[in-house]
Amino acid sequence: MRHDHLITSKQLSRADIETVLDYAAEIDADPSAVANRHAGTVLGLLFFEPSTRTKMSFETAMKRLGGDIVDMGSVESSSVTKGETLADTVRVIEGYADALVLRHPKQGSATMASEFVDVPLVNAGDGAGHHPSQTLLDLYTIRENAGLDDLTIGIMGDLKYGRTVHSLAYALTNFDTRQHFISPESLQLPREVVYDLHQQQDGTGIREHDALEEVLPSLDVLYVTRIQRERFPDENEYQKVAGEYQIDAETLEAASDDLTVMHPLPRVDEIAPEIDETDHAAYFEQAHNGVPIRMALLDLLLSDDAEIRGDGDE
Amino acid sequence: MSNGHDHHDGNDDHELRVSKIRDGTVIDHVHGGQALNVLAILGIDGTNGEEVSVGMNVPSDRLARKDIVKVEGRELSQDEVDVLSLIAPDATINIVRDFDVVEKHRVERPDVVEGVLSCPNPGCITTGDEPVTSRFSVLEDGVRCSYCETIVRDEIASLIDT
Repeated sequence: MRHDHLITSKQLSRADIETVLDYAAEIDADPSAVANRHAGTVLGLLFFEPSTRTKMSFETAMKRLGGDIVDMGSVESSSVTKGETLADTVRVIEGYADALVLRHPKQGSATMASEFVDVPLVNAGDGAGHHPSQTLLDLYTIRENAGLDDLTIGIMGDLKYGRTVHSLAYALTNFDTRQHFISPESLQLPREVVYDLHQQQDGTGIREHDALEEVLPSLDVLYVTRIQRERFPDENEYQKVAGEYQIDAETLEAASDDLTVMHPLPRVDEIAPEIDETDHAAYFEQAHNGVPIRMALLDLLLSDDAEIRGDGDE
Repeated sequence: MSNGHDHHDGNDDHELRVSKIRDGTVIDHVHGGQALNVLAILGIDGTNGEEVSVGMNVPSDRLARKDIVKVEGRELSQDEVDVLSLIAPDATINIVRDFDVVEKHRVERPDVVEGVLSCPNPGCITTGDEPVTSRFSVLEDGVRCSYCETIVRDEIASLIDT
């Protein structure tokens, strides 16, 4: 892996992905081996939108590598309220930190921000765009539970605005996968994303559906996302649509015993709590995987060590 | 027509509409109705005193109706005119010196256009107050914002940043 910034999962080759996943597995097995690798290193967190898991797992990852964080805090308490541009904000914080993690509501914000800074920048979500570190932990979880080749995955819910979905779908085209996208018509994948997937994989591994039943029995992994109320003009419409994309124990009777159920969280009612205790549930494990993945990622981006970065592979 | 390349579809009437130029650039075979977009995309609005002649919807053998733009005193470079391929793919560029056409070439599709179009996606970072120049990659059948990745295939002229 040889990148200065991580902006989109599209920039990652299969070799890049495997470098991060292998290294995360190594760290997961023995975190103490890297405990002080980045003593004195400071990670700058710039979250212009709320975040719990992403922000806390980056913070934990940096601290477990021996480093520390500086946090811009909420937008309300920052100079953004005085009208500062993002370009200025990142150039200022760059002076305080050795790497930056950015979440911002505008699409393309991370690409633009990366053009203004010299330290590594990780995109932690740019509007409906990309969220590549989430993708890496998703891939790690899939690999642990089902393997990444000869994989049949169903991705269900809000595919239009769900950036985790877009990032994951791109990354999966590096592997031998069949991807089924299940959503109401109004929340189908953006045409831009479909265009890219077809460019990547001739479209052979891509199918779109409006009902889970059509594909459920064939799935190795079901990746569920939340359908948000605010995407619908009225409450009735939302209730009607959302109800069709929720799963419970009865739904999963038609699924393979080995089906792995994932969710980027937070969930509201897409996955019934009764599934939590079954062997299908991998979503809490998935959230926990955020730490070793982000430790691996930060170490790779911050390290000059060619062996760690796997530069010889490219 | 004065430049000796197009007399088959020129006539006296045409001559009256579009005057000859001594030195400068003639952009010919622009699709009818696109001349003002051509000027907009080139950033030519007359405020710098350029002498500009525009003929719109004049008869043409090749295009039925074409527009023609003549800019006196300015030789446009290939890079400058290539962006015209987005709205005037059949345009021909004639560089004129002392009333003679000394260079004649067609527009070629560039890989990227910068600072010419504005992104139609209100959620794109380039649409706010950031100090960033718009950038689009040119696809076979449209353009794509390099920041938010929005693809535009129709009515690219409506994106021209004026």
